Amino acid sequence: MKPQPSYTVTFIILLFLVVLLFFVNVSLGSISIPFTEIFSSFFTEASQYSNKEYIIQNYRLPKALTAVLVGSGLGISGLLMQTLFRNPLAGPFVLGITSGASLGVALVIMGASAIGGVFASLLISKWSLVIAASIGSFLVLLTVLIVSSKVRDTMAILIIGLMFGSITSAVVSVLSYFSSAEDLQQYIFWGFGSLGDLQWDELGVFAAIYTVGLLFSIASIKALNTLLLGENYAKSLGLDLKKSRLIIIIATSLLAGTITAFAGPIAFIGLAIPHITRLVFNTANHRTLIPAVFLFGAIVMLICDSIAQLPNTDYTLPINAITSLIGAPVVIWLLIRKRKMVF
Amino acid sequence: MNDATQHTILKTEDLSIGYRSKKSETSIASGINLNLKKGELVGLVGGNGIGKSTLLRTLTHVQPALNGRVFLHNKPIEKYDNLALAKVLSIVLTEPIASKNMSVFELIALGRQPYTNWVGSLTKTDLKAVTSAISQTNLESLQNKKCYELSDGQLQKVMIARALAQDTDLIILDEPTTHLDMYHKAYILKWLKKLVEDTGKTILFSSHEIDLAIQLCDRLIVMKTDSIVCDKPCHLISQGVFDNLFPNDLIVFDKETERFKVKK
Repeated sequence: MKPQPSYTVTFIILLFLVVLLFFVNVSLGSISIPFTEIFSSFFTEASQYSNKEYIIQNYRLPKALTAVLVGSGLGISGLLMQTLFRNPLAGPFVLGITSGASLGVALVIMGASAIGGVFASLLISKWSLVIAASIGSFLVLLTVLIVSSKVRDTMAILIIGLMFGSITSAVVSVLSYFSSAEDLQQYIFWGFGSLGDLQWDELGVFAAIYTVGLLFSIASIKALNTLLLGENYAKSLGLDLKKSRLIIIIATSLLAGTITAFAGPIAFIGLAIPHITRLVFNTANHRTLIPAVFLFGAIVMLICDSIAQLPNTDYTLPINAITSLIGAPVVIWLLIRKRKMVF
Repeated sequence: MNDATQHTILKTEDLSIGYRSKKSETSIASGINLNLKKGELVGLVGGNGIGKSTLLRTLTHVQPALNGRVFLHNKPIEKYDNLALAKVLSIVLTEPIASKNMSVFELIALGRQPYTNWVGSLTKTDLKAVTSAISQTNLESLQNKKCYELSDGQLQKVMIARALAQDTDLIILDEPTTHLDMYHKAYILKWLKKLVEDTGKTILFSSHEIDLAIQLCDRLIVMKTDSIVCDKPCHLISQGVFDNLFPNDLIVFDKETERFKVKK
């Protein structure tokens, strides 16, 4: 008797795909670098780098790693949201978490010049953007949660999330009306999303916060599975609802917040990845879903980034556009094919 | 069987139920004294809006009592934390489960959550409890199906199996027979009766199937606007408790056939 089907083979294939796509991603770009040189660059001392090795070590590798973190992190935060809000359409973007981060960043970039002087340049460091985005996303998520405890209808919660999105974008519009062209440009470029801007030290901080978020998600596996029954049943099974909810929300805002902070607002990945995963993994058990979503998120993001690079050209398309171009049709196709989105 | 020697599972003392807001208190029923014993099937009947659900919610500690106390195993229910309560009391609600994308086995296994470790791994004891819940409910053939593939009656059985796997002395079910056809209503209730006999658990359920409840329950709790009585069905009939349960203009209780009849 099997309690649940085993997905070991699928997991191995997916892991292999992640590794393969990782190296494909590193080798593609404005110049093509063969695999052998990628490997040899790992064993070269920093002082003796050739141009290609320098590109790999300081540009391509951090970018590919960022792609893995961004894709898996957004996917997992989407999965957490879908279970917590009992809604297949939930995700960091739909629930306004990304908008919250955007508002935080907009306030820092465009609001700082209003304060002016030396203080402004202090404010607009990478780190202040990160902190602002995290706080923004956490606050929006907290508000959505407070509202959702008063409103039982999950559809209403999503609409409220969308409304938060409109409010924040309206505030951003007002801010941009009053801000200088340079500030506006900086904000717009941030809004395109970018995986390639991170230095190793930034990536280190990103990975550290991401790991904390991931650990919180893993700690919530049991609570998430219990929540599949609904909140009243979960409570009757001895779950501390308030605590579990808080942990799930902290996990989501750490993941979605820092990702938005470091890589910009990246659309659709959070919503689409859990559904793509469920096409292959026909289960609701989070012990299987969380690692599966991790792998799928990494795969899709590496593919999106490889496309965005436009291999062998000097152009790099905004990553946000690519994920929307891929994510939106996937969601539409899922809705048409399955009629009903299960979670 | 002698009632006095049997172990009391659930007891209430002068319980008042209702809703409390900042400004006012809305009392729905008061002076409720109940005593549920081990191995009893107890039905809770009464008209719509009389407060059956509120009573069950109070007994399961979902909402606080206005006055009086609820005791589980002679310990006040508010002294239990969530986890301890989950080990003595399981519930089956009318609300649908949030996700039906689980297999029957997975859903029933969720009943073991109060006993499993931080990530929810099933130990041998847990697996044994789940398989025994499945065999008691004859769900072997369905255990690998997804919940969205089941009929309402099957899903209800699965939810009861989940409560069984939780391995509690008391199971409380809120209207387990709604949405079921006549046959399945009788089937579920008959089967609850058998569970009580086989396992010695105490089962309390609310229902609108008064005819069936009279035939099957050890005792009935009858909720009326002015009083709440709890007794054996035959005593309740001889006391004429059912005669004025509903307004007399449409249906009347016929003592001989022990059922309600439409006035001609």
